[in-house]
Amino acid sequence: MILLQSLNSSRDFLPILLMFIVAAGFVSFVMVVTQWLGPKHKSKVKADSFECGIEQIGNARSPFSIKYFLVAILFVLFDVEVIFMYPWAVNFKSLGAIGMFEMFTFIAFLLIGFFYILKKGALKWD
Amino acid sequence: MISQYLFYFLSFVSVMSALMVVFSKNPVYSVLFLILTFFSIAGHYFLLNAQFLGMVHIIVYAGAIMVLFLYVIMMLNLNKEDEPGTTTMSKIAATISGGILMLVLVAATRSVHGMESPVADSSQIGSIENLGKVLFAENGFLLPFEISSILFLASMVGAVFLSKKEIR
Repeated sequence: MILLQSLNSSRDFLPILLMFIVAAGFVSFVMVVTQWLGPKHKSKVKADSFECGIEQIGNARSPFSIKYFLVAILFVLFDVEVIFMYPWAVNFKSLGAIGMFEMFTFIAFLLIGFFYILKKGALKWD
Repeated sequence: MISQYLFYFLSFVSVMSALMVVFSKNPVYSVLFLILTFFSIAGHYFLLNAQFLGMVHIIVYAGAIMVLFLYVIMMLNLNKEDEPGTTTMSKIAATISGGILMLVLVAATRSVHGMESPVADSSQIGSIENLGKVLFAENGFLLPFEISSILFLASMVGAVFLSKKEIR
């Protein structure tokens, strides 16, 4: 309950909340209206999954290459790395040379990882 | 008192969607409900004046980590016919391990009960600027910050090592 007393600053985010409500409202509105307005003709052919006019073969649940996953997970790692740079960049002047050195150490470790990735050819698509 | 109603609404959404993560049969639906859970938890962060954390939570968790979850689900073989049935033994084991986890969580929340609220009066306590000042201060979280880069390095090496075949 202590928590609830100091929530008044969240009023600044009211426009964002409003935007979320409008976005969700528009989506649900359109979904309902298309159901309501659109003509309905149900047949077996229409319910078929369609792929370039070719009859579908096999299963949609086929396993795929782990390379996609590797690229995705490396993206997430560098994504998180960049997030650490935002608080640093905002305070860049006040942190001075020490802050610069701190970030360089951080980047140096990541660069080691980056060169490891390149050297191993993890991003090569053969 | 709009914040209070917002808090109740977000709590309701997060608890319900977290329950739906567990109860939905389709793992893809579970992931989608998990995204909803993450969004509502990000809303809690905004209510706690942690604006930067909230945004990062949406970008990283709801955006990136959930895509990885979907990848993993697509890589699993989830066809109906070769789904392994759950034996009574595994159900008992799952109940026991889940119960132990719940015990730990209950014990942890009991010790938190008398704690002061970490929320300060200022609405700018969670801004990027203040966060950076704490994070990069020499008596702040500088060491964990630098160690996190080693963690990144370890996870990079681990991901590459596990998924890449050795180049001949």
